[in-house]
Amino acid sequence: MPNLPTRRAILAGIPLALVATTVSAGLFSQDIPENLDLALRRPTDAHHYTVAIGPVEPEVRIGRMHAWTLALADRRGRPIDTARIAIDGRMPQHGHGLPSAPAVTQALGDGQFLIEGMKFNMHGWWEIDLAIDGPAGADTVSFNLVL
Amino acid sequence: MRRILFALPFAAIGAGALAIHLPDPAAPTWSEEDLSLVRSLSLDALPPVPADPSNRVADDPRAAALGRSIFFDTRFSSNGKVACATCHLPDRQFQDDRALSKGVSETSRRAMPIAGMAHSPFLFWDGRKDSFWSQALGPLESAVEHGGDRTQYAHVIGAHYAEAYVEVFGPLPDLDVLPARAGPVADPAAATAWEGMARSDREAVNLVFANVGKAIAAFERTIAPPETRFDLWVASREFPGPGLLTTEEIAGLRVFLGAGGCVNCHGGPLLSDGHFHNTGVPAVPGLPEDRGRETGALLVREDPFNCLGPYSDAQPADCAELRFMVPAGADMLRAFKTPSLRGAASRPPYMHAGQIPDLERVIAHYVAAPEAPAGQSELRPLTLDHTQRHELAAFLGALDPLP
Repeated sequence: MPNLPTRRAILAGIPLALVATTVSAGLFSQDIPENLDLALRRPTDAHHYTVAIGPVEPEVRIGRMHAWTLALADRRGRPIDTARIAIDGRMPQHGHGLPSAPAVTQALGDGQFLIEGMKFNMHGWWEIDLAIDGPAGADTVSFNLVL
Repeated sequence: MRRILFALPFAAIGAGALAIHLPDPAAPTWSEEDLSLVRSLSLDALPPVPADPSNRVADDPRAAALGRSIFFDTRFSSNGKVACATCHLPDRQFQDDRALSKGVSETSRRAMPIAGMAHSPFLFWDGRKDSFWSQALGPLESAVEHGGDRTQYAHVIGAHYAEAYVEVFGPLPDLDVLPARAGPVADPAAATAWEGMARSDREAVNLVFANVGKAIAAFERTIAPPETRFDLWVASREFPGPGLLTTEEIAGLRVFLGAGGCVNCHGGPLLSDGHFHNTGVPAVPGLPEDRGRETGALLVREDPFNCLGPYSDAQPADCAELRFMVPAGADMLRAFKTPSLRGAASRPPYMHAGQIPDLERVIAHYVAAPEAPAGQSELRPLTLDHTQRHELAAFLGALDPLP
């Protein structure tokens, strides 16, 4: 089994993950919308939960399988340890999905879940879509990521 | 006065430097992100060959030496005339320049080059194998490639490579009790003989067969992509200005990154994302239906020689690519693996069955973005004028191995 990330590693990973999402304005990234919301912590669409996601290792390398963690809380910020979570993703501008099928493989406690099998195979704008079925019911949330 | 005279030459040098750095209004501008993207395509950005936990001899030089001998040995075929090197010619980038490769008979796909493929999580155009060693086993048992079978190959090892094999893998099973020709192959006699063997004998033969693949893989892992003029240019003092790359080739690189969108899939130092895409490549009349990755995704999961299977040396945690692979869904229909563009300019024809004869028509295909014969093409039509197409082709030429 993979080494479990420590809480410190998870927290340390978040600011660096944000660095990786800085929008660039070069030849190649010219078509990425300028006002994308790149927050990796946000309420779900029906406001049942708050979700924060981030890679376990700070550097997200294109084409490499890696793990992420997900922090799930109720609308008052209390951690939730039991929920069914499905992960999907796509490149909105390219008409294709993730090159892998990631899944939540472990509940780490304290509202933290391990997501294994994340992979991005190109630079650009990715959308990560989560479907969460927990104590407050089913809800969805999407995150933007620019690599 | 004397001091002033001394200073003059320095002032002149300073003025010269200033002149060099004056912006040329005709020269293209590069953002830091663009430059970093270009560097990410260079061979300098290629990490070392990743470990293969499923092959415990992957980096054993004795295994590589054994694998090299097997790679060139035509005794590993039904007619004694076909080796791996028959379709993967070392002096032709380990491919054969044919639209459809020819082993003991004609195949229905184009041979893929080998260099750098140790970095690829899935092998073959449809990704039906998840390791180099497991990939090597496929053609050995294909009725149209090597045409042989598992006990035949075990006997060849016993007769000609016993010493080297035992040194790397340990003792061989008792080969005398095995049929001359047996394996789960198309040949009915060999298939019947295989069914008639004791389960323990079949497993012992499977182990030898897997080890043949692991030795070949150890050799193939040493085949690295050769340096190109593009790599030298990125490392040169002139970069990103003209020098080792011409103005036209640099313009082509900008098409590659920008208007052409080529880098979307042909990214990274191998100029491939290693993934599978439906790009609307036409079907070949007369060949059986080819569903690409949709079939490959099913096959790799069922394969006893995959990362999670009994002949793999990996722990399940090492098999993330297989455990979390995209299942065989509709978007994988007629999706084929993105080939590396290193050396592509000098190895026509193109696509998984050699459908397109030259680069000019490959570019025309991407510009037109035709509908796929089955499934959905990911391509959208491009707006590239004649000059841009020409520049793009020129840039691709700079990705050829140095002579």
